[in-house]
Amino acid sequence: MANYYTDHPEIGFHLNHPEMKRVVDLREKDYADKDKYDYAPVDFEDAMENYRRVLEITGDVAANIIEPNSESVDLEGPHLENGRMIYASKTFENIEATKKAGLWGVSMPRRYGGLNLPNAVFSMLSEVISAADAGFQNIWSLQSCIDTLYEFGSEEQRQEFIPRVCQGESMSMDLTEPDAGSDLQRVMLKATRDEENDCWRLNGVKRFITNGDSDIHLVLARSEEGTTDGRGLSMFIYDKRDGGVDVRHIEHKLGIHGSPTCELTYKNAKAQLCGSTRMGLIKYVMALMNGARLGIAAQSVGLSQEAYNEALSYANDRQQFGQKIINFPAVYDMLSRMKAKLDAGRSLLYQTARYVDIYKCLEDIQRDRSLTAEEKQEMKKYQRLADAFTPVAKGMNSEYANQNAYDAVSVHGGSGFIMEYKSQRLMRDARIFSIYEGTTQLQVVAAARYISNGTYLNIIKEMLERNVSEELRPLHAHVEEMVAQYEESLARVKEAADQEMQDFLARRLYDMTAEIIMSLLILDDATRCPELFEKSANVYVRMAEENVAGKAAYIKNFTSETLNNFRS
Amino acid sequence: MSLKIIVLAKQVPDTRNVGSDAMTPEGTVNRSALPAIFNPEDMNALEQALRLKDQFPGSTVHVLTMGPARATEVIREGLYRGADGGYLLSDRAFAGADTLATSYALATAIRKIGIPDIVIGGRQAIDGDTAQVGPQVAQKLDLNQITYVNSIDEVKDGLITVTRHIDGGVEKVQAPLPILLTVNGDAAPCRPQNAKLVMKYKRATAPMERTEDMPYAEEYEKKPYLTVTQWTVADIDGDYNQCGLAGSPTKVKAVQNIAFKAKESKTLTGSDEDINGLVQELLNEKIIG
Repeated sequence: MANYYTDHPEIGFHLNHPEMKRVVDLREKDYADKDKYDYAPVDFEDAMENYRRVLEITGDVAANIIEPNSESVDLEGPHLENGRMIYASKTFENIEATKKAGLWGVSMPRRYGGLNLPNAVFSMLSEVISAADAGFQNIWSLQSCIDTLYEFGSEEQRQEFIPRVCQGESMSMDLTEPDAGSDLQRVMLKATRDEENDCWRLNGVKRFITNGDSDIHLVLARSEEGTTDGRGLSMFIYDKRDGGVDVRHIEHKLGIHGSPTCELTYKNAKAQLCGSTRMGLIKYVMALMNGARLGIAAQSVGLSQEAYNEALSYANDRQQFGQKIINFPAVYDMLSRMKAKLDAGRSLLYQTARYVDIYKCLEDIQRDRSLTAEEKQEMKKYQRLADAFTPVAKGMNSEYANQNAYDAVSVHGGSGFIMEYKSQRLMRDARIFSIYEGTTQLQVVAAARYISNGTYLNIIKEMLERNVSEELRPLHAHVEEMVAQYEESLARVKEAADQEMQDFLARRLYDMTAEIIMSLLILDDATRCPELFEKSANVYVRMAEENVAGKAAYIKNFTSETLNNFRS
Repeated sequence: MSLKIIVLAKQVPDTRNVGSDAMTPEGTVNRSALPAIFNPEDMNALEQALRLKDQFPGSTVHVLTMGPARATEVIREGLYRGADGGYLLSDRAFAGADTLATSYALATAIRKIGIPDIVIGGRQAIDGDTAQVGPQVAQKLDLNQITYVNSIDEVKDGLITVTRHIDGGVEKVQAPLPILLTVNGDAAPCRPQNAKLVMKYKRATAPMERTEDMPYAEEYEKKPYLTVTQWTVADIDGDYNQCGLAGSPTKVKAVQNIAFKAKESKTLTGSDEDINGLVQELLNEKIIG
């Protein structure tokens, strides 16, 4: 039987990354749960076995339930009935299967009924589910909103809501409004204190809310009357059981049809404040968004894999001019690039997830005891790395998913344009990845400060020192050259001391950064496991070289005056 | 109300994925070439049992199987989905059993466990395809039985209502508990494994599966739920003469290899005349209608 986890040994390779030891030891707090919960691991190896098993279950559910339902879900989509969103009929089957499999609230501590999975493993589940149906991955992975409630909510709120998510109640994050998209400081939804009932009341409209008719909502709203910026915003928990929020409209979208995108009206809806007032946007939503961005990176990798599988199987099957089309250089060029982007992007995703894990776990330990000086330093270091890598992992993987879906259609030729083939759906589904949770252009903005302050350059230099196998030395030398070009480009942009020009060229520097980092990651992977990654390392580094050299040339010949040709 | 349920399950060679080495030159099944799986219709039966457990909290589901040590996998698969425990009947003296000896062993074990409210199994196993074991167990235990069950519709006041397959349709029947049911392959598919249960039971084993150098051996002391009950003929107070080969009157006389060949074929055009002719012929032959 097909299994979306065991069929792709590359995922298992990342599960077994050496850094996982530190992640798991921290996450399991020295395996303190082992005598309290019958499903808790007793040591590191046992925890890893648990992860493998939960991935196998997910791979099975993905391949044998979610994927077979995906076409019907795409065609049917959700609909509106008396102010309520009703999922496509097969979506209910998917939800039921994931509930039965116990795949809800998986990141939560066991004391609330969770599986205590680290983010790296959660991202793997996410990837596997997305490969089966990217739209369903949205509904499922929004459970990670509970991380934010766990982090910033009170103990009463944790006890009230976390066990419900572990039982399969779904979540949404209600942020966007008609006039507040990328610029969330403009949020107007009004929160007022209801002293009589000791709660808050929400009034207003939210738009483009993924899974907007969920059971438990995290809502960004303006609690400070008279304010107009982000400092007047707070985060609230709305429980659907209380009522007061209706779905006014479900968007008709290009892709991810199974994932309902709702317009919501709040009419005096009862809500609880989560955390402190005024911290909604500047602290909590930032945490929420970083989690969601990693979720989209995983969603992208899953879809990239599916696009590659579709293209590979068609190219092996389709004959033209008397032979399989995979034998033609133009076709295997496309396929090998797809695989290289997939492998490099996946490596970046899990590197980022491990960074997030280490700092989040230390942060969680800090809730119970104070950290040692070394631990504090470690937490700081990994927090910075996580913040720096998240926009790169999200931006690059979402772009790669689009490129791979596009190429999958190309490999299919005319058939790719026919609705009966899956590639077109992958292409439609992927299109949103580089838009929601911050467009690629905004990921570049988030990364810009780490480009200019040298965070990436430092880690690149650190990574350059790592050992690579004898066979990969020549490729490693290519990467060294790329780094030299990158440094030169950085210096040139800095020298110009022109903010607008820096903003204009930021995307090129971002791409260079990402491609160099991914080159180094894939070299590392290929050193440890040449059977799986040597080919991709060769393809990826060459591709990166081609791109980095082009961008270096572009920047080299760019001056402040050049900008005049671009301005409208 | 809570129910006691026993699921009869068999580990079978996966005859759905047969390769060229599936049969030995002697004409018997080459078990080593075929993966061992949970008999598919027994999975449907397990799902029905688990649904009753969901519906009536406090109910228990136990999986009963007969086979070598590795058949414990069937019990683990049950535990991973919500079963409370299992019994492995394993003894050299059980080997070579036909349906009569098998049903004797299962019925004797059920008597030892205590007659439950419901015994449920698949209609038939994909290796033998006899559909005899369920009915024979019912007969031996003097239980009511309903075969070809598609779904359990209601359990109330000591009565069970089910929908069962009959020629050309379905019928609803009702019977008092205790009862034995056999379930069809088109009943609801079995639920997936549950992550927490897999984490809990992944090292559940029958004592005969264990080796000296097994990791985590100390766990078995602390966690009794990791030990699957394992019974010999003597443990169930069985009669050796009615078990295994000794208790099996069925003897295979000869095995023939049959190669299917196409007999006659007809070529039809798309004309109304040809199509009407074909429909008429199928009606006459009672293939459709």
